Amino acid sequence: MTFDVNQIRADFPVLQREVRPGVPVVYLDSTATAQKPLAVLQAMEEYYRRSNANIHRGVHTLAEEATALYEQAREKIARFINAPSSRQVIYTRNTTEAINLVAYSWARTHLSAGDLVILTEMEHHSNLVPWHMLAMERGIRLEFIPVTESGLLDLETYRQLLEQAPKLVAFTHMSNVLGTINPAEEIIRLAHQAGAVTLLDGAQSVPHFAVDVQALDVDFLAFSAHKMCGPTGIGVLYGKADLLEAMPPFLGGGDMIREVKLRAFKPNTLPHKFEAGTPAIAEAVGLGAACDYLTDVGMDAIAAHEHEITAYALERLEEIPGVKLFGPSAEHKGGVAAFTLEGVHPHDVAQILDQDGIAVRAGHHCAQPLHEKFHIPATSRASFYLYSTKEEVDKLVQGIYKVKKYFG
Amino acid sequence: MDDLYREVIIEHYKNPSYRGYLDPHDYAFADSNPLCGDHIEITLRVDENNRVSEAAFQGHGCAISQASADLLLESIIGKPLEEVKHLDKDYVLDLLGLDLGPVRLKCALLSLKVLKAGVYGLGEAPDSLVE
Repeated sequence: MTFDVNQIRADFPVLQREVRPGVPVVYLDSTATAQKPLAVLQAMEEYYRRSNANIHRGVHTLAEEATALYEQAREKIARFINAPSSRQVIYTRNTTEAINLVAYSWARTHLSAGDLVILTEMEHHSNLVPWHMLAMERGIRLEFIPVTESGLLDLETYRQLLEQAPKLVAFTHMSNVLGTINPAEEIIRLAHQAGAVTLLDGAQSVPHFAVDVQALDVDFLAFSAHKMCGPTGIGVLYGKADLLEAMPPFLGGGDMIREVKLRAFKPNTLPHKFEAGTPAIAEAVGLGAACDYLTDVGMDAIAAHEHEITAYALERLEEIPGVKLFGPSAEHKGGVAAFTLEGVHPHDVAQILDQDGIAVRAGHHCAQPLHEKFHIPATSRASFYLYSTKEEVDKLVQGIYKVKKYFG
Repeated sequence: MDDLYREVIIEHYKNPSYRGYLDPHDYAFADSNPLCGDHIEITLRVDENNRVSEAAFQGHGCAISQASADLLLESIIGKPLEEVKHLDKDYVLDLLGLDLGPVRLKCALLSLKVLKAGVYGLGEAPDSLVE
């Protein structure tokens, strides 16, 4: 199938709307959350219209169907990331909960005072705060792979940190601010040589290019449905089977048990051991449909399209006097362009762009330490996905000139 | 919407009259908006009748937050502290001449929150001060 962006845009109802009469939406905020194609919306609606029931244990037709749909979605997700088995795909609420699951279940079993966890300076708060909390509770040590001026990880310092025998290396596959795509395979290989377990935050990578957990040899991968054309409220933790098997349950309740006595319980097998209570069933179905949709379009085609748009955007933005871009050049970068405009606060940039229907994000994008490192309180961020066009980039550039006129 | 960036706001943002730090001062407080990183620190001096004689702010943030700080301080010079304690959300919105959505409201009200927390001598600036 050839990649036709106009055909793709027709799949996304939101992209057809106007934010005000005569002002079509220019959605450049996919890094925060992606828009949803009709196929996902229909799959979820169809589930509620036809098969809605609680999963597992029910023997009636609807319960059978709901269970089958919920588990089929798990298999689609497993194929999407090339997991050896769908029992290694744990449904969570989002990336954040997936990371917390590792922090609560794996880390609280394996880490004690003085143990080292290596993170990076470009982490989202979701891969910082769970480890801060563990550091306060357990006295584990945190070290950070520095970010260079050009927005790349300083791997030389990483190699030195590895000599301190870390227990865990947890890092983002792609920065949600700088757009940097980190060399995950190399980072993981080096971590394993040092005897560390690895956790990859795939919130920004899994939606945008092919991520193969077996090729990466990663121990844990966390990601969210809503950034990959799926619904909010569901995410995934992938883990290696032996690690997941040995981990204690995270949340207790229904569905995660094999047997409950008044004073004891036996946990269920994988993946149900980690899925307490009635899960987000329709959302799982929606995530399965999103995997199908992205696979049909082709992850390599999506990555190539985004690369073209990003390279064009960086080139156009660079031409604007007063614009400063953050992060590496297009070759090391996913579809993110974070920038500041001299003399104008990012909030004001975003607000004025909104007049023309242009949706960008302004703030520290849940990466406050990274902004502190670059000595800026906030940035404006335009981000791109499979439905983004060069015309939208042109509108962004025109909009920034308009901002400059206001504040000129 | 164009109203949001009325000349008066851009003017107070670019050329504030009350930017600075009073040393010594009678009252001081600083706070941030955790969502967008806007930061404002206000220092005040009062006269023997407990009226505001001088005021200054420093910090960084969007045009709305910085302009509203400048307008607010301009408006309280000569006012008794007791009156400053009772200023509310509508007072700031009247100064700005704007009707704001929930996100930008936080930007506009940060300076009032900081001012009141300082005058009341609180160790923190809860949102309830401006609601």
